[in-house]
Amino acid sequence: MIRPLSSIIIGAIFGIGIAISGMANPAKVLNFFDVFGTWDPSLIFVMGGALITTAIGYRIVFARQQKPALGPAFVLPKNNSIDTRLIAGSATFGVGWGLAGFCPGGAIPALGLGYSETLIFVIAMIIGIVVARQANKHFQSNAVIA
Amino acid sequence: MTEFTPWTSLGGGVLIGIAAILLMAVHGRIAGMTGIMAGVIPPLGSDWSWRLAFLAGAIAAPPLFLLLGGTVPFAVPVGTGAMIIGGFIVGVGVFFGSGCTSGHGVCGMARLSPRSIVATVVFMIATFVTVFITRHVVGL
Repeated sequence: MIRPLSSIIIGAIFGIGIAISGMANPAKVLNFFDVFGTWDPSLIFVMGGALITTAIGYRIVFARQQKPALGPAFVLPKNNSIDTRLIAGSATFGVGWGLAGFCPGGAIPALGLGYSETLIFVIAMIIGIVVARQANKHFQSNAVIA
Repeated sequence: MTEFTPWTSLGGGVLIGIAAILLMAVHGRIAGMTGIMAGVIPPLGSDWSWRLAFLAGAIAAPPLFLLLGGTVPFAVPVGTGAMIIGGFIVGVGVFFGSGCTSGHGVCGMARLSPRSIVATVVFMIATFVTVFITRHVVGL
């Protein structure tokens, strides 16, 4: 019971952070990127605050703990390759973010605000993930045959 | 126009960071929305429950914040078509890029992961260029 409960609370801290930071507001996100138009530099403070806090906190966690409090081990990405897949995927994500003003971390907490545009975005995003997953499976199985 | 909000944005950013630290300290996981979300889209993997709990907390928090008297400005300056196409493209991109702003931009960068640094620089540039084109070249 403590595992899901702690996860809900941590998710809620994340959601409040997103909501008050402005990341759940597509107008604000798009204005951040519109340096030559209606520029709103606020999101520098979101990214900076989140990044510096996390960098310091991770150091303390990894220095003091051998393993997480409620899990067997720290699960960190093992893939270190900077390949076409990473770059093309990230560039594609950026195009979508620039069109809609929502990234996944902004859109999911925004669902709670109850606007239909957010729901439309999230459904389209889930379809995108499912289609990409299927395409990836297809290409990989073809590659094995070849 | 949106109001410049350095303090609330900084405060929100710090909270996002605290959530990322706690998820690592307690569950040993990266607070990346892409991975957390993809993990609850069927077929489910083995450890979907903490992910679903995290998502439930993240969605429930903003309305709770409103009930407690907080305000969350919200406006969508683009059409429904842009939300549908943008959403689909984001889904495809974060799948192949293995992460988004939270996973690469916050957690990965905080670990000084070269992969995440490259991903973040690439998607920030792509977003900037897309906004420049839609607002100043095409004039949407």
